[in-house]
Amino acid sequence: MPEREQKKRQPAQREQETVEEAAPAKSKQGEKIKADLDELLDEIDEVLEENAEDFVRNYVQKGGE
Amino acid sequence: MAIRKVCGIETEYGIVLRGVGESNPVTASSLLINAYVSQQQRKVEWDFEDESPGRDARGFAREGAMAPEVETHLVNAVLTNGARYYVDHAHPEFSTPECADARECVLYDKAGERILARSMQAALQVLPQGQDIVVYKNNSDRKGNSYGTHENYLMDRAVPFGRIVQHVMPHFISRQIYTGAGKVGSEVLTGDSQIPFQLTQRADFFEEEVGLETTLKRPIVNTRDEPHADAQKYRRLHVIVGDANMAEVATYLKVGVTALVLAMIEDDYFGEVELTLAAPVQSMRKVSYDLSLSLPLELADGRSITALEMQWELLDLAKKYAEDRGLEAVDEEVGRDVLDRWESTLSALEVDPSSLSRQLDWVAKYQLIDAYRERHGLEWDDPKLAAMDLQYHDVRPAKSLFARLDTEKVVDSDAIDAAITEPPPDTRAYFRGRCLQKWAGSIAAANWDSLVFDLGSDPLRRVPMMEPLRGTAAHVDTLLKGCATPAELLTALES
Repeated sequence: MPEREQKKRQPAQREQETVEEAAPAKSKQGEKIKADLDELLDEIDEVLEENAEDFVRNYVQKGGE
Repeated sequence: MAIRKVCGIETEYGIVLRGVGESNPVTASSLLINAYVSQQQRKVEWDFEDESPGRDARGFAREGAMAPEVETHLVNAVLTNGARYYVDHAHPEFSTPECADARECVLYDKAGERILARSMQAALQVLPQGQDIVVYKNNSDRKGNSYGTHENYLMDRAVPFGRIVQHVMPHFISRQIYTGAGKVGSEVLTGDSQIPFQLTQRADFFEEEVGLETTLKRPIVNTRDEPHADAQKYRRLHVIVGDANMAEVATYLKVGVTALVLAMIEDDYFGEVELTLAAPVQSMRKVSYDLSLSLPLELADGRSITALEMQWELLDLAKKYAEDRGLEAVDEEVGRDVLDRWESTLSALEVDPSSLSRQLDWVAKYQLIDAYRERHGLEWDDPKLAAMDLQYHDVRPAKSLFARLDTEKVVDSDAIDAAITEPPPDTRAYFRGRCLQKWAGSIAAANWDSLVFDLGSDPLRRVPMMEPLRGTAAHVDTLLKGCATPAELLTALES
């Protein structure tokens, strides 16, 4: 499928990226999204559960299914 | 021709009763559901006549295999939208009604979240001052306890189960790159390698390739054989590998692509395409732990392939399938849309996964938590980040971190509100839901494949619904409108 070949990168590039970073690529678009996130992060502290440590420790569930 | 992929999602929600020292999750779940149901309608109990979760699709039960028990003493209600809302183990569980396609499945999955949110409100009115119940649409407590989000797909009984296993396993493992709900850390010992963040909630919990269990030694392909329909004709594939998704696009792709893959399996369309993995269980985690989406997986035939490449192969096959056979089994319009979104998602994952923060949960969650971490200079094991992970899934609109993100919608918000009480029009859930709306007082019990009427004088009358695609609005609307009483309906059905 030609259209697919255009979208796929070569394996060589892929390997190179693995070495460079083990996280989603931080492109320019990614930077912009992060900038947008800043506003959200300002609000988040007001929403977050007050004592994160207690909240995480006390969140205990029984297995299900 | 593949049969229509009628589908549905069952979600077990995490539950916390706050304001008391020790809380019993079973009691809290019962209280939550009762509070909602008694506010909404007269309660119609679930009928367990047809439940046999211990039956194995391979035609046997393995020695020592633990078949799940059905708990009949707990709250178990049927809603007017055709859904089932009940206590399963120690969790409130919402099962969508049978849906005709993936988009409808998203609609009812989202309606389920709103039903849970309304239930929390209703519970506040009956709980003592200072107590409240909070539910989370996630799959783990971060301490090794997992609860499930299961998909169900209608399949032709004639398809050999071995063929399903062979082709669906690589899909289940590779689809994690867009179905994952994301998780900070890992709940299994991983030796020296730290896992700061992984793609899925569930990959930590799978230990077998194929099996009947759902609560321990979880298998990638579950063999529960309980069709809830004519067992001679149908099988219900019970899928337990998925995450509870908040993002509508993620749910849409999860169900839409899986339905397509199953249609191709049913039509034996894989031909030369052979993606059997050398080590499926290990591959499951490898994919989930690999945020770069670049690690190759070893195939049984010696080749290596990444999860992303595997999905490209499946997409190529599906595009050919669409041209050759059409997409009637998954709905033509929805099927085309799923193919387009699938392709654009894989392209974006290839080039820049961060561009999918409005579509995929794991990307959205990763970006949010990573940005917070960078701003405050935190380590990945900081409890604040774990708290954010949990709170992403908080079902309360004011507290949910997910709700603060501007994610792409697949269904209309007003339609979700309607789906809280209205059944889907194109499956038997329509008949179930409408009968409950009109005559809840005369329905003694209900389950997926029958309704039991109590008319007062006569013995109870069971109306079987063994065909998931019968009892639709097109079939029964005129009939239901013409009947003033349930007695008239039963007479009409018998004639």
